[in-house]
Amino acid sequence: MDQTFVIVGAGHAGGQAASTLRMKGFEGKIIMLGDEAYVPYERPPLSKGLLSGDIDIERVYLRKPDWYAKKNVDLRVNTLVDTIDKDNKSLALADGSTVTYDKLLIATGTRVRKLNLPGEELEGIFYLRAIADTLAIQKRLKPDAKVVIVGGGYIGLEVAAVSAKMGCDVTVLEGLDRVMNRVVAAEVSAFYHDVHTSAGVKIMTGVGVTAYEGDGDVTHVVTADGARYEADLVVVGVGVIPNCEIAEAAGLTVDNGLVVDKFAQTSDPDIYAAGDVTNHPNALLGRRLRLESVQNAVDQAKTAANAMLGTLGEYAEIPWFWSDQYDLKLQIVGLSEPDDDVVIRGDPASRKFSVCYVRDGQFVAINTINNVKDFMGSKKLIAAGRKIDPALLADVDTPLKEM
Amino acid sequence: MAKIIITNRDGEKSEIKGEIGISLMENLRDNDYELEAICGGQCSCATCHVYISDNWIARTGERSDEENELLEELECMKEGSRLSCQVPFTAELDGLEITVAEDE
Repeated sequence: MDQTFVIVGAGHAGGQAASTLRMKGFEGKIIMLGDEAYVPYERPPLSKGLLSGDIDIERVYLRKPDWYAKKNVDLRVNTLVDTIDKDNKSLALADGSTVTYDKLLIATGTRVRKLNLPGEELEGIFYLRAIADTLAIQKRLKPDAKVVIVGGGYIGLEVAAVSAKMGCDVTVLEGLDRVMNRVVAAEVSAFYHDVHTSAGVKIMTGVGVTAYEGDGDVTHVVTADGARYEADLVVVGVGVIPNCEIAEAAGLTVDNGLVVDKFAQTSDPDIYAAGDVTNHPNALLGRRLRLESVQNAVDQAKTAANAMLGTLGEYAEIPWFWSDQYDLKLQIVGLSEPDDDVVIRGDPASRKFSVCYVRDGQFVAINTINNVKDFMGSKKLIAAGRKIDPALLADVDTPLKEM
Repeated sequence: MAKIIITNRDGEKSEIKGEIGISLMENLRDNDYELEAICGGQCSCATCHVYISDNWIARTGERSDEENELLEELECMKEGSRLSCQVPFTAELDGLEITVAEDE
């Protein structure tokens, strides 16, 4: 009898897994359960091209909507899973129905971390994770609108860039001492701070938001120092939380994410997981971690789908990320740490340069700005975990791939 | 509909009806050819690399500087190398022959 594979979550990882299963010849039943109204789509454009209106919704879909029917994938949108019963291999859905599985993939991703401040119920305060959020923000994003962004991370700064280009009056409120504090070196933060400031964005660092004020609609954002920032809309980007509650309730091991092994298998042999929700080992990094990235969603979903079909391949990739702001393409390979030595490669004033991170002599990570050559050249080098002379890394005339 | 003749990573040749007005990458993805296209068509990652067959190279247009820089870093770059997200699929490309490059 045909097997049934169920995928909980219709995001990037879920969509990729369904595709890989069919590509690898799986002929059984695939049921994909998604809590949003859309077919699986790419999230990066939500704070970039989709928000700016440069691209249409249809272009962010991972596969065309008719792909699912054509491939006999039973995609159920607007569908929530209440519980997983792993002993009976069944799922109880919020609509009261039951779905049974032979193998299950959990790809539930993350949800935004909410601040839950006084005034949070006011209209015009947004978080950004889904298409619906982007569309809601767009309605208020008009030239001259006063936009206050809470959080100077990737999402906050990408929204700031789009808003500034649209002619909005933009203020970014960052709680730490510099933007993108957790992900890049001070030199890169300073560069981006200047770029945004030149575009007219006001960046306030070291400020904690304490409340929103307004009457129906938000009018002000209040900070701990007593300042009040006028706002027609507020976009909050202060991180995400993995959606592992149903997995935990089912008795699966959860520890900063749903714990999987290098084959994307959870503590239950018939349940797999992929994407932002997983806490997974990475032999190249020598540790476990949870990642919020497209690359991880795609690559780990492939590993999981293959494992579900009995083909075990270890998942170990050097993580990489990107962020588009204005005309700047920021790409990140590897995971830097605050104590890493920083080597600047190129001249930031040229708006094309790289910043290399060196730990105990070893080249471990890079940020490339408008420098795809270094992005590409660094991948194998970082994966190799080699020690490289910082002076050589700083020499722009020596291509990374020749080191 | 215009056709695209594709050799996949296993060396198998097949044919699809291409949709005009979207990229070659989107056409390959919608038809389940193994191709990562992780950045989603931003000319950022070189995971949608294909080889255009010799007689079609000129008709698929020129690579941008950025596309060239990405491709030049690959071990397997050849004359017909393109990032398929940067090739708009048009009616003039009816019969286009390509090979999906290996995943580096």
